[in-house]
Amino acid sequence: MQFPILSVIVFTPLVTSLLILLMKPERKTEVRVAALAAASFALLLSIWVFISYDKTAAGYQFLEKYSWLPALGISYHVGVDGMSAPLVLLTGVVMFTGVLISWGIDDRPREFFAFLFLLAGGVFGVFVSLDLFMLFFFYEIAVFPMYLLIVIWGWVKTREYAAMKLTLYLFLGSVMALVGALAMYWVNYQNTGILTFDMLQLEKAGFSGQFQYIWFMPVFMGFAILGGIFPFHNWSPDGHVAAPTAVSMFHAGVLMKLGAFAALRVGVMLLPEGAKQWAWLIFILAMVNVVYGAFIAMIQTDLKYVIGFSSVSHMGLVMLGIATLTPEGLTGAGLQMFSHGVMTALFFASVGMIYDRAHTRMIPELGGMVKALPFVAIAFTVGGLVGMGMPGFSGFVAEFPIFMGVWKTQWLAAVIASISIIVTAAYILIAVRKVFFGKMPAKFEGHMTPISALDKVALFTLVLLMTGLGMFPNLLAPMISLGVQNVLRLLGGA
Amino acid sequence: MNLNLLAILPEALLVLLAVAILILDPLFKADSRRVNLGWLAAGGLTLILLISFLAGQPAQNELTLGGMVRFDWFAFAFKMFFIFAAAITALLMMDVDALANRAEAYVLLLAATIGMNLMAASADLVMLYLAIETTSIPLYVLAGFLTDNDKSTEAGFKYLLFGAMTSAILLYGFSLLFGFAGTTNLAAMAVSLATPTVFSLGALLLVLVGFGFKTSIVPFHFWAPDVYEGASTPIAGFLSTASKAAGFAVLLRFSLTVFPQTGSQWQYTLAVISILTMTIGNLVALAQKNIKRMLAYSSIAHAGYALIGVVAASTLGTASAVFYMMAYILTNLAAFAIVTVAGRVIGSDDLRAYDGLSRRSPYLALAMLVAFLSLAGMPPFGGFVAKLLVFAAGVEKGWIGLVIAGIINSIIGVYYYLTTLKYVYLYRMEGEDEESYPIPVSRPYAIALTVLVAGVILLGTFFAPWYDLTVKAAASLF
Repeated sequence: MQFPILSVIVFTPLVTSLLILLMKPERKTEVRVAALAAASFALLLSIWVFISYDKTAAGYQFLEKYSWLPALGISYHVGVDGMSAPLVLLTGVVMFTGVLISWGIDDRPREFFAFLFLLAGGVFGVFVSLDLFMLFFFYEIAVFPMYLLIVIWGWVKTREYAAMKLTLYLFLGSVMALVGALAMYWVNYQNTGILTFDMLQLEKAGFSGQFQYIWFMPVFMGFAILGGIFPFHNWSPDGHVAAPTAVSMFHAGVLMKLGAFAALRVGVMLLPEGAKQWAWLIFILAMVNVVYGAFIAMIQTDLKYVIGFSSVSHMGLVMLGIATLTPEGLTGAGLQMFSHGVMTALFFASVGMIYDRAHTRMIPELGGMVKALPFVAIAFTVGGLVGMGMPGFSGFVAEFPIFMGVWKTQWLAAVIASISIIVTAAYILIAVRKVFFGKMPAKFEGHMTPISALDKVALFTLVLLMTGLGMFPNLLAPMISLGVQNVLRLLGGA
Repeated sequence: MNLNLLAILPEALLVLLAVAILILDPLFKADSRRVNLGWLAAGGLTLILLISFLAGQPAQNELTLGGMVRFDWFAFAFKMFFIFAAAITALLMMDVDALANRAEAYVLLLAATIGMNLMAASADLVMLYLAIETTSIPLYVLAGFLTDNDKSTEAGFKYLLFGAMTSAILLYGFSLLFGFAGTTNLAAMAVSLATPTVFSLGALLLVLVGFGFKTSIVPFHFWAPDVYEGASTPIAGFLSTASKAAGFAVLLRFSLTVFPQTGSQWQYTLAVISILTMTIGNLVALAQKNIKRMLAYSSIAHAGYALIGVVAASTLGTASAVFYMMAYILTNLAAFAIVTVAGRVIGSDDLRAYDGLSRRSPYLALAMLVAFLSLAGMPPFGGFVAKLLVFAAGVEKGWIGLVIAGIINSIIGVYYYLTTLKYVYLYRMEGEDEESYPIPVSRPYAIALTVLVAGVILLGTFFAPWYDLTVKAAASLF
């Protein structure tokens, strides 16, 4: 029997979360050290999964299956393919850097890290699950700690509103998808006589065209809400802004990918005919995301809202890639999920560091940060270059195939969507110029303490990943295209 | 004649325990009476739970004791739930002075438990009616037990009036059914009423009034918030869990035995009632400022979710309803246990009084988190699995509209459960340092809370054995 590496990855944060809760509340440093140890452990294991994934064998690997509720065909079934292995790594990275960034949290750090790890465990669980019940189980575990994390440690002005809005949107989406999943479950039972939530079995259920046509939208949109799809994207910038730094990183970096990933895995892969029939609508909605999100980002004055809406725009690219149902588009979507996850984590980390010192995020009030916080300035600029899709950085590697796929599907759409590239460049450059260059307002003199070594490690890790991937896309692209093969196999010849 | 005394083993033991309490009570010294009585009752109930579980399992379904009770897994499962709930309630009563010093309170609790056990097992209209009254009368007294408290007296009296009225209507319905069917045995009635007429359905509606009162479903729910608010908190917890589950046991057995045909009128009736119950319960709960009233409306809403399983009328539907009751008993008892503990120290049931609870007592706050998230239907807690099962049962039988109503309602539910947690975790006591106002948790409460929280998590993670139990219970009705 092989080492159950995926289970260990999923349960490391969950168990740590429980252990942390048993520690004494006043021993704050011990809590932080325990959290960092667990996060490093999970990161190492996820790197290991990424490296040792056998690219020649492809398919699902590191499989584990135990029956959970045999009477109803519920099993604990995990495994990763080329699509999910990078996302597991991404989660490991965000979790590790998130803990580093949150070192300074002083109000009930025990509860903070416990809830954060519950969230992380849920995210890992969704990425590796091959059982539909298990996917929902972990999906909900990933959603509800968000509420507590935002409401307790969030930004005082909007946290109560934003946290509730986020939770209700996401809960609505997940239960919508749940009804679809239950319908699939029973129809599969009628067709094959097997009661199972196993997604590998459900792939072969042979759902009728009409069934897929009816249920694709509830399932896909239910998950895509978490991916920030228009017109259900509104919770996302509010949530980003209200959340504390590490939670914003998790939220934009990983959680939104959770939505896109689950929409792909459950919506597109289990109901491929429905996906083909509805692709036009997803395509249009994603276009709106991309272009409209970029324009809204440009007029924001709060730096965190700029990034929040840039996430909406960038996640639109992921959805757009998925909606093309072409190999290029899907590969780009997979790359973009990883690239955007790292980039946005970096953005939020940088903004958090600035806000901790300046106590404002309003772009007009900031300026000249490059002298006081050079590391942050460099990191933010690199993130900006990624976001603009500059060659040499991971963003280019991801966006280029997406546009190829879009062009193949509908060239006019590619032209329209490319407007966003210009707008994105505009708002990022404006933000970089106003925040980091120019003259620093006098009131910040003496408040700009340098960032800690832990913060530097976090920023460095994220920058390294983005530039590394930009220079050597082959680290990731072949793996993603294996995952894409897995999807195309079900779409049949598309 | 079939006389299997094993069928009433738990009830016999409960009677023995009640007698033991009454005999030993005068022997306890005044200063240790509270502790002794409480441990005697709780320990005795736990022992009964164990003995009945090990020795009292039914071998096959049989009608016994003159056709009065049915000895099957359905009755057995519910009996275990009731005895468990009573044991926890006994623990929770220990630090409520007005209850804990009086042996009568424990004896009444045991009497009500006997009644509930018989409710779950009755196979005959006469027995059923007697069991319902045996449950109700001690509960009327317990609800109004705090005689120096106006609210408690009001609660007891209101409960009595409502109960007496609905019980009369129920009895009228029973006599009509007897008239149409010519028998009081439930299974025999099914044969005579195989083709329902307008009149038998009318009688069924009258019966539903009585069951509706016990399960507090709309429109027979008006008593619940006032009674829960006025009664002392452990008793309110018992009313909202065990008593409601007993109502569901009767409803399930009655409807599935007497009207086994699917697609019959009562299914549609119950579907409408289910939607009304969920919606009204949740919407009114949104506006509550008192935690006990909020829990009362939330418990009304939960009856609505469980009804989805009853409406589905399949093995899975029944199993899901039983599972729902199991998860709900654990979760709601935990919620009321927390209100008991916190209420003693805070001296108020106002939601605002829970400000800063997580700083005053982190573990109590965590227990509250678990209980409320489970009520909201989040994993990894029992409430999630329970909700998923009733929804799955609804979708299986094509009640999509009903399931969607359930889903919209759970979203409303999430709102007020999370809002409550906001008081606990976010808000602070006005100008005070919370850490200097800790909330001590005495030993009986610590035991009760640990058991309940562990149970809620266990039901939500390792649910296979529990689900198998509910399937066994459900299968014995088909």
